[in-house]
Amino acid sequence: MFSQADLTALGITFQLAAVTTVVLLLIGTPLAWWLARSRWRFKFLVEAVVAMPLMLPPTVLGFYLLVALGSQGPVGRLMEWLGGSSPAFTFSGLVIGSVVYSMPFVVQPLQSAFAAVGSRPLEVASTLRASPWDRFMSVAVPLARPGFLTAIVLGFAHTIGEFGVVLMIGGNIPGETQVVSIAIYDHVESMDYANAHWLSAALILLSFVMLSTVYAINKRFRMAQT
Amino acid sequence: MSIQAKFAIHRGDFTLDVDLEVPAKGVTALYGPSGCGKSSLLRAIAGLDRHADGFLKVGDSTWQSPHLFTPPHQRPFAYVFQEASLFQHLNVHRNLEYGYKRLANEDRRISLPQATELLGIEGLLQRKPHTLSGGERQRVAIARALCVSPAFLLMDEPLAALDQASKQEILPYLESLHDHLEIPIFYVSHTMEEIARLADYLVLFEQGRIIADGPINSMLTRLDQPLAHGDDASAIFEATVSGFDETYHLTHLKFAGGQFSAPGMALQLGQEVRVRIAARDVSLTLERQASTSIQNIFPATIAEITAEGDAQVTVRMEVGSDAMLARITQKSAAELDVQVGKQVYAQVKSAVLLA
Repeated sequence: MFSQADLTALGITFQLAAVTTVVLLLIGTPLAWWLARSRWRFKFLVEAVVAMPLMLPPTVLGFYLLVALGSQGPVGRLMEWLGGSSPAFTFSGLVIGSVVYSMPFVVQPLQSAFAAVGSRPLEVASTLRASPWDRFMSVAVPLARPGFLTAIVLGFAHTIGEFGVVLMIGGNIPGETQVVSIAIYDHVESMDYANAHWLSAALILLSFVMLSTVYAINKRFRMAQT
Repeated sequence: MSIQAKFAIHRGDFTLDVDLEVPAKGVTALYGPSGCGKSSLLRAIAGLDRHADGFLKVGDSTWQSPHLFTPPHQRPFAYVFQEASLFQHLNVHRNLEYGYKRLANEDRRISLPQATELLGIEGLLQRKPHTLSGGERQRVAIARALCVSPAFLLMDEPLAALDQASKQEILPYLESLHDHLEIPIFYVSHTMEEIARLADYLVLFEQGRIIADGPINSMLTRLDQPLAHGDDASAIFEATVSGFDETYHLTHLKFAGGQFSAPGMALQLGQEVRVRIAARDVSLTLERQASTSIQNIFPATIAEITAEGDAQVTVRMEVGSDAMLARITQKSAAELDVQVGKQVYAQVKSAVLLA
């Protein structure tokens, strides 16, 4: 059935998706909030940058990330100067790549959810003694809950499904940066269709179970709201 | 004690230039056509919109000046929006609690049960906002505002988004707020009926300017003001229920100019009511008529006369210390030789109790 290497790849994949989603929520929430509320005239430029991974081939992103993060790149050098090491071909490198690549899938649902909340509930909260941070946490976030759920699902799912970026930035080091999508590719390359089937089927099943659970929760939440 | 507000707001074509000082008690109505800047002024007072160089002082406390801007959540005010704007993710009880929880203990002067009772929403506490009717939602929104024990209540056309039935459902609650709360209330409206029932003081807006302000009855009856010239021009009196006529089923009401009888006996002795008398329901005679169906006749002194088109005049009279309006034809005015200073009798055909 699954070899030890395949199981490790599965583990790394889900770990990567989980860490990436958490990081994306931390970065994406304030960014989406700002995009939804700001009236800055050049906001569209930021929106375009956030959406770019939707359009670019993953190899382009992966290539530039490799250049930047590698030991000769600016980020890699900075890391080494700070006493660390270049994040290229490490798990941290994978996380950085995935964060960039999955950014629009988290920011866009959050942005539209915050926009849908509108300014009125926040104004009401401000007349009821809630400070800006307080009204964000007690009004904007709960009202944007369906958006958060969608953002988490899409961010997680999209990270599991990536291939090009992780191949470029992570290499293909079993036990360290080899994720399922690459392991499957390896199996197929070496004509090992049986293992490719097992891994692929496992991924299909897991994705289906995960997505249907989340959409079921979302449906219940929407019904409770209306 | 007074409320001073000075704001100059420019936004596109819209300009609002206001320098206002009104008593810090009772209901001050901001009245004028839609789009004349009443709501913008209210938002500026609440701090929801920030305008440079604004000035706001309520009693002894300054909340905004050219060097100071207190953000809305730090002003001890409450605000009722035109749409109830309840928090959809919280039930009624948690909506009410939202502001209350955020107060320091010593600032909690109005309790949740008190606010709930004042607005008659005891039965709704566990409901979610989307299950409430429009009128119920607005009552919850008003109660929620009261739960922050405001020192100043701002209401932006709270009835405008409601149907007629819901308006009639809420008006009595607003009147009881007026009677039970000590705090000043600013009430934005473009409906005369609400103003007549609720306002003590009236600020008249037109195209981003205040054209006049003063106590309600003088604003309604001053002939140099537009309100005295409409079809439904009327005067308002504060009266007290002084007795009943059991035989004929009448209620006697005492006001500064005398005693007044109205049909029905639904009120209670000593209760304070508002009486609205329309100018077109008042006629004038030179002698007190003995044989007439009209019960309410008061001696009055003519104070001012203005022509109303080609055929009519509006007459302001002093009845005791109150002012009353009469709308009569120019022909009658000539035949009675109506002139300022003349003693006449005002015959009031009907009056509306606004209790």
